[in-house]
Amino acid sequence: MVGSAFSGFAKRASAAETQYPPGIPAWTRSLGAGVVADPYGMPSPFEKGVIRRNVPWLTAEKKSSVSFSPLQHLKGIITPNGLFFERHHAGRPEIDPQQHRLMIHGLVERPIILSMEDLQRFPSVSQIHFIECPANGGMEWRGAQMNSLQFLHGMVSCAQWTGVRLSTLMQEVGIRPEGKWVLAEGADGAAMTRSIPLEKVMDDVIVAYAQNGEALRPEQGYPVRLVVPGWEGNTNVKWLRRLEVGDKPWMQREETSKYTDLMPDGTARGFTWIMDAKSVITSPCPEMPLKGKGIYQIEGLAWSGRGRVKAVDISMDGGRNWQKAQLQEPVISKALTRFALEWNWDGKPALLQSRVVDETGYVQPTLAQLKAVRGTSSIYHKNAIQTWQLNADGSVDNVQLG
Amino acid sequence: MFSLVRSFRYPAGLCFGLWMCTLPMTATAESAGHYGYGETATKAQIAGWDIDVRPDGKGLPDGSGSVDEGMKVFETYCSSCHGAFGEGMGRYPKLAGGDGTLADDRPEKTVGSYWPYASTLWDYIHRAMPFFAPQSLSNDQVYALTAYVLNLNYIVDGDFVANKDTLPTVKMPNEDGFIWQDPRPDTDNKRCMHACKDNVTVSDSAANKNLTPSTTGPLDEGLTE
Repeated sequence: MVGSAFSGFAKRASAAETQYPPGIPAWTRSLGAGVVADPYGMPSPFEKGVIRRNVPWLTAEKKSSVSFSPLQHLKGIITPNGLFFERHHAGRPEIDPQQHRLMIHGLVERPIILSMEDLQRFPSVSQIHFIECPANGGMEWRGAQMNSLQFLHGMVSCAQWTGVRLSTLMQEVGIRPEGKWVLAEGADGAAMTRSIPLEKVMDDVIVAYAQNGEALRPEQGYPVRLVVPGWEGNTNVKWLRRLEVGDKPWMQREETSKYTDLMPDGTARGFTWIMDAKSVITSPCPEMPLKGKGIYQIEGLAWSGRGRVKAVDISMDGGRNWQKAQLQEPVISKALTRFALEWNWDGKPALLQSRVVDETGYVQPTLAQLKAVRGTSSIYHKNAIQTWQLNADGSVDNVQLG
Repeated sequence: MFSLVRSFRYPAGLCFGLWMCTLPMTATAESAGHYGYGETATKAQIAGWDIDVRPDGKGLPDGSGSVDEGMKVFETYCSSCHGAFGEGMGRYPKLAGGDGTLADDRPEKTVGSYWPYASTLWDYIHRAMPFFAPQSLSNDQVYALTAYVLNLNYIVDGDFVANKDTLPTVKMPNEDGFIWQDPRPDTDNKRCMHACKDNVTVSDSAANKNLTPSTTGPLDEGLTE
């Protein structure tokens, strides 16, 4: 995209005068648009290719589908609100916050119904956390398919979430002693539900109404969603309308038929909530090739649902030898973390990999290690080391190692 | 609700920030309600939204439906996506069949071969189906559809009538196929730094497979299958 922008620019420049030294750019010798020309600001028109994208052949239609974040263009650890990946099961509802209610009931002393105004009166917290769909990368168990960072890994995004701790709301309603689980339910046409054990509910779950300083985007659950730090994206129920306390899990469709992991022996794992540590090099990548030999900053993202990223190592030779990358501040528990390593490319083909270690000591596995345990039919939780094949012409392909 | 909220806000303002005054007065708040925000949910309000059903049958309402009745409802609302016998259409899910395939290279996960609980079928049809008109079916229709889909999978006989008493007694073939304790971490990679392996071979590449939509320019609607 940047390339095409510059080539168009070069054409115009040759017709008139250059916009770079010693020429004086047209925008320096004229006035720009005034304030509130765009009351809600938009990215530069030169960035119009930086968008969420979908894979048309992946789902039956777009109302129950996914879109992928353009990780190749993102900087820092915060995903801009308009680029946060989407996963809807029955389309994106348009909810009037004045009409929306959150009901909390079940095994509680005082069942309540909260307006969004009521909710925002409670003490709030603001925390930075990633959300990742457990099917991120799930197309690749049987082989390399997607030749793109965006489509391979773009079902992860990260934001600062503001809302009320679910523990605060639980204390407000008073959980009865037999209450052990909470069912979260959405107000969309899927009325999406997940059962969450009380231990997690009282630990760090947020009932969030804001994202990166503004109200949640409709795609992210406006006016209110659950944020379940480090857990499967699906548990972060959007358009939240109801929380029920019960003594057992509800065994809903999204925790039995879906979001369970089928093993090679035909048994399946359920309640695999935590997103294990994962990392990926975001530059270079298929969308961001190198342009000839020389010094490059290898950059990427790492994250773990179990806590902080402790270290990231980078290999240029398909995992034979590794070097420690630098972690860039801030390094936040259950948030995207940036890493970088300077590399002088000699112009020869290379196999680039990154490998994260999280604070529990867990080391990101190879795809072969994952497949040895889980086979190729488990769909979810593919957090294997990604291999990028850097070709002599600087292009980059998604490959898998034997 | 609003009179309750106002009664707390107004004295708090009069107290000029004295923190004790911002706490709700215990005379109106329940023992649990420290803040006292919102309104107490009535039984009727809860009943309107409390639609979840558990494997033990908790949450199942009155009503009933037979396999034959379910077939008619299925033909009207379901077969356009799921096929007349639950065989699926395109990328819309297959609902029946796949028995004994879970350990195969290409497993078929259907209601019959995979789903552990019959209650989930009632719950999901009721909350989210038909896809284009969720929560539009009557309880009798949902019971009938549940009976029909179970019958398509040979889990119940043709004379089965689903209701809140019979459905919890249906044992699904794969109920014991699930492990509900997460066994991860299930890999043990080591943080080796040098000479970690002898050979590196590329076994597969996504290059030239023509599966990847464009990642530049406008949205790519081209690759459909």
